Amino acid sequence: MSLRNVPWQGVAALVLVLLAIFSPAFTTQELAALSAGGSGAAFPYAVTGPLMLALAVLAALTIVLRPRPAAEAAALFVLVHAAAWLLLGGIAGAEGGALAAYWFLLAALWLIAWRLATVLSSLRPAGRAADTAVRLLVPALFGAWILIVWEAVVRGAGIPFILLPPPSAIGVRIANSVPILAADVYQTIFKAVLTGYVIGCAAGFVVAILADRFLFLRRGLIPIGNMVSALPIIGVAPIMVMWFGFDWQSKAAVVVIMTFFPMLVNTVAGLAASGHMERDLMRTYASSYTQTLAKLRLPAAAPFIFNALKINSTLALIGAIVAEFFGTPIVGMGFRISTEIGRMNVDMVWAEIAVAALAGSVFYGVVALLERAVTFWHPSIRGG
Amino acid sequence: MTSLHSRFAPVLAVLAAIVAIWYLGAYALNAPFQRDLDRRSGETPTAWEFVVRTMTQAKPTLPAPHQVVANVYENTFLRKPTSNRSLVYHSWVTLSATLLGFAFGTALGILIAVGIVHVTTLDRSLMPWIIASQTIPILAIAPMVIVVLAAVGITGLIPKALISTYLSFFPVAVGMVKGLRSPEAMHLDLMRTYHASRAQTFWKLRVPASVPFLFASMKVAIAASLVGAIVGELPTGAVAGIGSRLLNGSYYSQTIDIFAALIAGSVVAIILVSIIGLAGRLTEKAMGARPA
Amino acid sequence: MTGAVVAASRLGLTFRTNDGPVEALSNVDLTIGKGEFVSFIGPSGCGKTTFLRVIADLEQPTAGTITVNGMSPEMARKARAYGYVFQAAALYPWRTIERNVALPLEIMGISKSEQAERIRRTLDLVNLTGFEKKYPWQLSGGMQQRASIARALAFDADLLLMDEPFGALDEIVRDHLNEQLLVLWARTQKTICFVTHSIPEAVYLSTKIVVMSPRPGRVTDVIESTLPRERPLEIRESPEFLAIAHRVREGLRAGHSYDD
Repeated sequence: MSLRNVPWQGVAALVLVLLAIFSPAFTTQELAALSAGGSGAAFPYAVTGPLMLALAVLAALTIVLRPRPAAEAAALFVLVHAAAWLLLGGIAGAEGGALAAYWFLLAALWLIAWRLATVLSSLRPAGRAADTAVRLLVPALFGAWILIVWEAVVRGAGIPFILLPPPSAIGVRIANSVPILAADVYQTIFKAVLTGYVIGCAAGFVVAILADRFLFLRRGLIPIGNMVSALPIIGVAPIMVMWFGFDWQSKAAVVVIMTFFPMLVNTVAGLAASGHMERDLMRTYASSYTQTLAKLRLPAAAPFIFNALKINSTLALIGAIVAEFFGTPIVGMGFRISTEIGRMNVDMVWAEIAVAALAGSVFYGVVALLERAVTFWHPSIRGG
Repeated sequence: MTSLHSRFAPVLAVLAAIVAIWYLGAYALNAPFQRDLDRRSGETPTAWEFVVRTMTQAKPTLPAPHQVVANVYENTFLRKPTSNRSLVYHSWVTLSATLLGFAFGTALGILIAVGIVHVTTLDRSLMPWIIASQTIPILAIAPMVIVVLAAVGITGLIPKALISTYLSFFPVAVGMVKGLRSPEAMHLDLMRTYHASRAQTFWKLRVPASVPFLFASMKVAIAASLVGAIVGELPTGAVAGIGSRLLNGSYYSQTIDIFAALIAGSVVAIILVSIIGLAGRLTEKAMGARPA
Repeated sequence: MTGAVVAASRLGLTFRTNDGPVEALSNVDLTIGKGEFVSFIGPSGCGKTTFLRVIADLEQPTAGTITVNGMSPEMARKARAYGYVFQAAALYPWRTIERNVALPLEIMGISKSEQAERIRRTLDLVNLTGFEKKYPWQLSGGMQQRASIARALAFDADLLLMDEPFGALDEIVRDHLNEQLLVLWARTQKTICFVTHSIPEAVYLSTKIVVMSPRPGRVTDVIESTLPRERPLEIRESPEFLAIAHRVREGLRAGHSYDD
């Protein structure tokens, strides 16, 4: 085994752990206890400190010794998460008092996790299920370590709560505010977004069919539709609030305007997507306009229409939330974000953002699943 | 000139129809309030006088197009660009944040894309998150960024530019990953037969191949950047910028001002997107792309 | 086997796919001498392109041995021992014809003046003088493929690997390019490996025809051509030509059960 083949993360992690071992203390409290002669005063990591360091050394050595990839991944997974668990568990009560050893260890653990992700990324398991599992595990690991480092840094350095609350506090806030969050989601998503989305997409679709039928209309609308996609349409929100009142109807109106044009432009493009040969075939059957539309052109346009539906799912959420910044009844996701930030309740704002992110992903996911079911024949779905 | 005629006539016709509908809408939406006003003052205007009055209210429900045009003209050309009622001034405030954020966002997006294309671990771990983040309403964090940064004493241009950076980063990163991966297997094999280094393959193949993708994603990014800057102006107590004009207009029901601010924002957007489109076309032409 | 440009012995290559292993090459023994024009012919899936890619170190064999110019394919590739011509011209659309030909020269760090000289010479070799400043899309398909041959010739490798280079062109253009290729071969004295699925093309061009069959990809016949090196197009009506073509067809039929 030549030294050049040793993964750099292993060497770097080992160096960092050694630095941690030779640093005087994990926290200021430990330092105080040590200078007091270590006479029985309890301090963070009194017991778990050596254990964490041992786990980290083991993990770093595992990397350097390079066992089989699967074994290395399993060992690193257990070791690094056990160490991280102890590190996060121990900082309670010592927030803001982290010293060199804490930071060296955290950096070492991050590197070990990085190596774990590298090993997992290079795994090419034989089975399809196992391959999918690994493909999901790597980003999940990445997300988890973002949270772990966020938590460790915020609490270790004692970053002011207002600036950036630790993820655990946000989690607690979500758990404690389920009724409020549910009411906001109901108001913003189920009333404003869904109504506006359905009306906007349907209107865009109908106008697209008309534009497809009449060349003049198409030539007039498409350049305008393309241009509108670049405009800050969100700015119509204050006008809609004035016209339709503070409740969800004004937000739905904003969503209608925002979703109309992408649907129009994409559907028109999709209706032009069927090939000449296929259209000539329909002509040889002397098929009518509606028959050609229903049997050839709409199915061929389906990927484009779903593309618009997916774009619109995100636009609709943005439209409704931002429109709520301009005035709402006392419920709704945008309202909650703007008022709670005014009261400096950042954890609530983060909770609302997390819920918005989840809602956005679910909304998009539902449309994507629907797309899979409808356009299973398309190369992008089949996987070429 | 027939082709020019057949291209522009429909657009002009549709625009004319929009203006006509707008006037009708202005009459219909402003009429009830005007009727109420006239009844209270005991006036009985002729039909024509009444129509004119619906189009000249100070705070109409829907301002007539000429009112908006007059307001835009007045606040663009008749005021000193330094006046805080000047649309040029407010557009510039928003534009500076947009451009700064866009520049950083694009640079960051390209950097991340280069990393993702070259490091498998980044591709496997970071890429799914970047794609997933396309589906979430990230604009929702705008107020928090503004307020939290204000709490630590950072105000003005930087927080807005930060939001713009954030919004423009995603489309560029996704577009550039696609672009840097766009070379066909055959082109990559060719580089392999030459025993080309990674850097050579990158500069001679991946970078030129990604140029169309870069400009396409920059168009999306600058539009997102502008929206980010405008929304970033909403929670700051509305000092300056297009967003503050919108918010002010909304507080005082100055619908004409809101529409004027919207027009200003749209003009800025069209100019920015056109510049990038033009730069893209020129670059591609210089690179020998087939004229469309 | 000294002096052989390519020497393969019991060569095998198995691809791992989602549907299980696929044996693309099995037990291939073949020697290609200097200056030969060797065609590989067979139905799709017979491994002819794979074999070419193994020579080029674009695929790695899983069994047996192969040497190119007496070294491993990887070393040969790093020594830039061969030029490769793909099924499509694979020209970079953002480079003019001369800059496309210059691409390998830039990568190999050849001086600007030397580059200009080689571009002039190779474009002349493929009759493209005067098209230096054109972009690929301004040229016909046949001209594009000629430019890609010029690119493969530009750095003076002795071995030319061609993977169905004229497959996408119509027959009239193809005949013309075949004739030109023979002239070029005579002038440059290169060793050429040529993958095709056209029997007349293989017989017309080659000094040696390797007939292959699929599942697993293997060599079923190696035919040494008795045709003279000077070959006018009319040679394709001669009895000798037809006899060789017949033998190739027999070889293809024997190796293929036509089960599909």
